[in-house]
Amino acid sequence: MNILVCISKSPDTTSKIAFTDGGTKFDENGVQFIVNPYDEWYALVKALELKEAIGGKVTVISVGDASNDPIIRKSLAVGADEAVRVDAADTDALFVAQQIANYAKEHDYNIILTGKETINYNGGQLGGMIAELVGLPYVAMATKLDLVGDLATIEREIQGGSEVLEINGGFVLSAAKGMAEQRIPNMRGIMAARSKPLNVIPPSGGESHTSVVNYELPPAKAQCKYIDAENAGELIALLHSEAKVI
Amino acid sequence: MRTDQYTGHDYYNMDDLLTDEHKLVRDSARAWIKKEVSPIIEDAFEKGSFPKHLIPGLGEIGAFGPYIPEQYGGPGLDQISYGLLMQELERCDSGLRSTSSVQSSLVMYPIWKYGNEEQRMKYLPKLATGEFVGCFGLTEPDHGSDPGGMTTNFKDKGDHYLLNGAKMWISNSPFADIAVVWAKNEAGRIHGLIVERGMEGFTTPTTHGKWSLRASDTGELVFDNVKVPKANLLPNKSGLGAPLGCLDSARYGIAWGAIGAALDCYDSALRYSKERIQFGRPIAGFQLQQKKLAEMITEITKAQMLTLRLGQLKNEDKATSGQISMAKRNNVDMAIKIAREARQMHGGMGITNEYPIMRHMMNLESVITYEGTHDIHLLITGLDITGENAFK
Ligand SMILES: Cc1cc2nc3c(=O)[nH]c(=O)nc-3n(C[C@H](O)[C@H](O)[C@H](O)COP(=O)(O)OP(=O)(O)OC[C@H]3O[C@@H](n4cnc5c(N)ncnc54)[C@H](O)[C@@H]3O)c2cc1C
Repeated sequence: MNILVCISKSPDTTSKIAFTDGGTKFDENGVQFIVNPYDEWYALVKALELKEAIGGKVTVISVGDASNDPIIRKSLAVGADEAVRVDAADTDALFVAQQIANYAKEHDYNIILTGKETINYNGGQLGGMIAELVGLPYVAMATKLDLVGDLATIEREIQGGSEVLEINGGFVLSAAKGMAEQRIPNMRGIMAARSKPLNVIPPSGGESHTSVVNYELPPAKAQCKYIDAENAGELIALLHSEAKVI
Repeated sequence: MRTDQYTGHDYYNMDDLLTDEHKLVRDSARAWIKKEVSPIIEDAFEKGSFPKHLIPGLGEIGAFGPYIPEQYGGPGLDQISYGLLMQELERCDSGLRSTSSVQSSLVMYPIWKYGNEEQRMKYLPKLATGEFVGCFGLTEPDHGSDPGGMTTNFKDKGDHYLLNGAKMWISNSPFADIAVVWAKNEAGRIHGLIVERGMEGFTTPTTHGKWSLRASDTGELVFDNVKVPKANLLPNKSGLGAPLGCLDSARYGIAWGAIGAALDCYDSALRYSKERIQFGRPIAGFQLQQKKLAEMITEITKAQMLTLRLGQLKNEDKATSGQISMAKRNNVDMAIKIAREARQMHGGMGITNEYPIMRHMMNLESVITYEGTHDIHLLITGLDITGENAFK
């Protein structure tokens, strides 16, 4: 069973967020990057669990320039067998999906896992697009996956409960919390990652359909106004005249 | 204890000078420590015993003999990775780092450098995983800063050596499987011997009542006519230079470790001062508190640069004992001062084990004493720059 896991680069959760180029680009200066946690903790680790249970190979794929190599090496240290980097800027989700779909088709992957979204752009589109492009069913935001032979049983949280689905054959799935537990690379993994293959390939076709007009930070939190507990009248007046909510 | 919210501080973008593997080693160690050690370290410190269940995990993150070549079961990392691992360990607790320092630089290093192939193959792979834990016996009750005066000795009895004497203040001794012991032969020359637990006449009483390094076990090594097989003598180096070579390696790791302790104190003080409101504003807004914080990060940054350069020299095998002494002395002193200032910034809360500060502060009293006291390192630098020996 060969599994393809899509990984992307996200700023560390403690990074300061700022923009450059007139608000059209994320300012990477001084930012530490990590493997997008949904990709790493859930998609990649689930793929490793499947491999450990039934054999096969886990390939991680990432679209981006050489600055993605550290997160790819980390994925190899966590346990992926090999890695592919499509050497192109990850301009939009469709472009990235096209690159990954092309690679998956060419190399006959029919189980493809992604995280449910990236923690920087929160698009959540990639899995669905890949599924469409490779012609496989798609399950979004799955929290559990069991594989017996060709039969996959997949669970996902829905409003007020959960949904259990079965798929016979290949599929694309985006993984959410619950799918697996984070694995911290150990020294054996880090040493093994030194000699695992990281193949850099050129982009194959594909185009971007969207471009960023600008990014904006959320408005700064307004100052908190304290009103004496004795003074309910003033509170009501302010809610009416200033906050305009009553 | 509260959840471990530590994040690293890198004011001069020193990370740009590290390789991806350096960062992977460091960040993986940090993640493991936060998951496995931070939740239990206060308890271990309070109980006064080393949490032995962590030993296999320490082996897995590469904390035992990071630079030992792969052929002997080590990870074959460079000296900067070794330093970063020690920094992460001591960021959590100096005792945790001590256990790893001893295993790496004082037990594995001499077996690797001064041992023969048979000894390397017999001990190093098991020490790397933590299946064996080792200790290092140099200090004696009457010979601390002056180890050359040691009286522990061994006599050649034909098919074995007969070892007599006692060592004191030995980290890991109470549970160690093996001890690298420094003793004089009949001609008064210092040699290293590997003594194994279970050899008749060899005991390891625990030292009680420590106010420092409580999460590390310390004890004595007592040799009462211990028969040591001749195959257990480290053949490739003798004289005081042999144990001092080990100390150079360990002191280098301590220089990094101390930065870790300082970073943890600074990190906690910075966060606390932004959250703690007095006189209607965060205490971080007061000039007196800012002076403390600004001076802390300045001193940490200086130490980081000094130590990274030392690591580069170590990688090229060019670091001198004098340079290592300077870094150990400077960094431990820096850390202990930061711990004291950080403690004050936490007010009363800094007294409790809700915060790691007092633990670091107490631990660092050992760190500033062992592996050459603060004053002894000053004398080493003094001797190095003047050529005048002020020891005796
Ligand atoms: C927790 C802990 C763990 C330890 N672990 C180990 C271990 O694993 N293995 C090991 O072998 N040892 C270990 N040690 C021992 C440690 O290395 C010694 O304590 C240290 O070298 C100092 O020796 P001492 O305690 O005998 O002090 P002393 O040498 O008696 O020094 C007392 C004071 O006199 C000063 N002094 C000494 N000589 C001079 C001089 N010439 N000029 C000026 N001042 C001087 C010193 O700086 C110090 O301030 C450990 C110690 C501690 C506290």
